[in-house]
Amino acid sequence: MSRDRRWALRWSYFFLVLFAIFFLTPPVYMLITSLKTSAEISAATNPWWVYHPTLSNYIELLTSPSFLTYFRNSAVVSVIVVSLTMLISVPAAFALSRMKFWGSATLATGVFLTYLIPETLLFLPLFKMFAVFNEWTDIQLINRWWVLLFVYPTLTVPFATWIMIGYFASIPKELDEAALIDGAGWLQTLTKIFIPVALPGLIAATIFAFTVSWAQFLYPLAFTTSADQLVLPVGIITSLIKGDVFNWGQIMTGALLGAAPPLIIYAFLMDYYIAGLTAGATKG
Amino acid sequence: MAEVKLRKIVKRYDEVEAVRGIDLDIADHEFVVLVGPSGCGKSTTLRMIAGLEDITDGEILIAGDVVNDVPPKDRDIAMVFQNYALYPHMTVFQNMSFGLRLKRYPKAEIKKRVDEAARILDIKELLDRKPKQLSGGQRQRVAMGRAIVRNPKVFLFDEPLSNLDAKLRVQMRTEIKKVHQQVRTTTVYVTHDQVEAMTLADRVVVMNQGNIEQVGTPHQLYHSPRTRFVAGFIGSPAMNFIPCEVEEVSGGLSIRLTNELSFPVPPARAAHYQNHGQNGKLLLGLRPEHITEAGHHLEPGEVPFEANLEVTEPMGMETLVYFPVNGTQVCGRVNPNAGARDGAPLRLAANLNNMHLIDEASGRVI
Repeated sequence: MSRDRRWALRWSYFFLVLFAIFFLTPPVYMLITSLKTSAEISAATNPWWVYHPTLSNYIELLTSPSFLTYFRNSAVVSVIVVSLTMLISVPAAFALSRMKFWGSATLATGVFLTYLIPETLLFLPLFKMFAVFNEWTDIQLINRWWVLLFVYPTLTVPFATWIMIGYFASIPKELDEAALIDGAGWLQTLTKIFIPVALPGLIAATIFAFTVSWAQFLYPLAFTTSADQLVLPVGIITSLIKGDVFNWGQIMTGALLGAAPPLIIYAFLMDYYIAGLTAGATKG
Repeated sequence: MAEVKLRKIVKRYDEVEAVRGIDLDIADHEFVVLVGPSGCGKSTTLRMIAGLEDITDGEILIAGDVVNDVPPKDRDIAMVFQNYALYPHMTVFQNMSFGLRLKRYPKAEIKKRVDEAARILDIKELLDRKPKQLSGGQRQRVAMGRAIVRNPKVFLFDEPLSNLDAKLRVQMRTEIKKVHQQVRTTTVYVTHDQVEAMTLADRVVVMNQGNIEQVGTPHQLYHSPRTRFVAGFIGSPAMNFIPCEVEEVSGGLSIRLTNELSFPVPPARAAHYQNHGQNGKLLLGLRPEHITEAGHHLEPGEVPFEANLEVTEPMGMETLVYFPVNGTQVCGRVNPNAGARDGAPLRLAANLNNMHLIDEASGRVI
C-alpha cells in the first residue's frame, strides 16, 4: 500500500468517525433518556449514564391506546400514500421520459418545480381550500386523518416522479424499441421491462415517499387536532407535552419507536438500492 | 418470409431531409445490406421499415401490404440492435422467448423454438444465464436468437457488429451468413463497414446524403461503380482518383496525367469513351490492385511507368506503395518481394483494362 493511499485512508477514517459521533450522539442520548425514570432525568446526575435502567417508558407507551392509535394512523397513512405515490409517479415518469408528446419536456420541468415550493407556503392556502370545499359540499376535511392521503402526495409525487424520470431516462432507448418490436404495448413495456430494470430507482423513490409521509409534521399539525386523528410525530408532541411539563422519558421513547420503521425499511432495501441491475443490458 | 418494397420514401426532421425519396425492392429470401457513411440515412431507412420512425412521405410494403401506419409489433419483423438491447433482468431463455410469451404461444412450442434457435447459434448452454454474465459475442448471438425464434417475415440488423472487436466481428460475420443460409429469412442489414457489406450481401445498397447512389451485387459495385462516391466507398484501400485529360492519338485515345505521363486507353474501353463527349474536368479512377510492379512481360492494357515512392506499407501478403502523380497521392499494391522502399523509385504497371473515367463535376462514372 502506497504512502499516499495510507494517509488518504487515515483521513477518511478520521472524518468518518467524526461524522458517526456527530450523527449518532442524538439517538444515543434518546436511548439513554428513554431508559430512565422521570425522577432520574430531573436529578442532577451524569446525564450520559443510566443508574437505574427501566423499561417502564416503553411499557407505558406500548400499552397506551392513544400511542397505538397514532402509530396505526401513521402506518395506514404512510402505506397508502406510498402506494398512491408510486401508482401515480411511475406511469407519469414513464410517459414523461418515453412517450414524446407536445409539452412533455415543459411538463417534466414543471413537476420538479412543484417540488421546490415549500410546504410551509402551501398549508395556509390548502386550509382555505378545505374551508371553501366545506362550504360548497358540506364535507368536512379538517381534522380527518384521511385528508392527509390527499395532502402528502403533493410533496411525494413530484419528487418521486422526478427520480423515476431520471432512472427511466438512463434505460437505453433500444430496450423499449426491442420490446415494441417483440410485441409489447406501452403498458407491458412499463410493467415487464421498465419497472424490473429500474427497480433500484423504484425502491429509492419508495423509501423517499415513505420517509416523507412518516416524518411529516407540519401538515398533520395544521389539519388534524383530535387525539384519534393524529399521526405519530404530532401525537407524541401533543399528548406528552402538557403545558410546560415535558415527559422527556416517554417523548424520547416515542421518538425512538417512531424512528424504527424507516430504519428497518432502509436496512432491508439497502442492497437493492445499491445493486446495479442495468448492467449487461447493452454493451458494457 | 416476404419481399419488402420502398416507394419514394422520405423522412424529414424539421428542416433536415434525412431520406430523400428512395425506391428499393427487396426480394423474398434476399440479404440486402444498406451501407454508407454516418448520416447517410441508412439507419433511418431501416427504422422506418421497422416502424420505429414515422414515414414523412412514400410507402413501405411488406409482403404486399402497405405498413405505413402498422405499429412495429404487427409488422412481423425482428430487429437486432447495435448494443444488443437484451432485457437485463431476464435469462437468455426469457429474453429469446419474450415475444412468443407476449403472443401467448403454448409452452411446448416456445421451448421447441428457443431450443432450435439455440442450436443454430450454439448457445444451448447459456439459456439460464443473465445477459451480464455473457461476453459481447454471446450477447450478440442471443440478440440474434431473439429474432430467429419469432420466425418473422423480415430480419432487420442495425450495425450489429459495430460493438465487437475486430476478430470477433469477422467471426460473427461468418456466423450471420451461415444463419441466413439456414433460415433464409429476408434480411435488411445496415452497416457503415463496406467489407461487411461486400461479404454478407446478395445485393448492396450504397447510400449517401439520403439518396441511393447505387444498388447491385458486390461484384457489380466493385467492378462497375456508377458514381465516384460508390467507386471511392467500396474497396479498401480506396480507388485512386487522378485528374487527367483525354487526348485523341492516332486511331485511339490516351489518358494524359502529366506532361511526361500518359496512358493509352485499351481499344475496348476507348470505343466506350468515344461515344461520350469529354467536356469538363475528368478523373482517372484506378484501384490500387491495378497498379502493381511491372513484370517482364506485360499483358495487353498494362502500361509501365516509373514512380518515386514516398511511403511503403508492408502488409505481409502485399505491400502498399504511395507516390504522387499530378499533385494527388496514388496508392498501388505490389508484391512484398518487389523491392519497394521508402523514397526509392520503382517501375510500376497500371492495368487500364480496369480503369474508370469520371466526370468530376457530376461525379458520374462515364
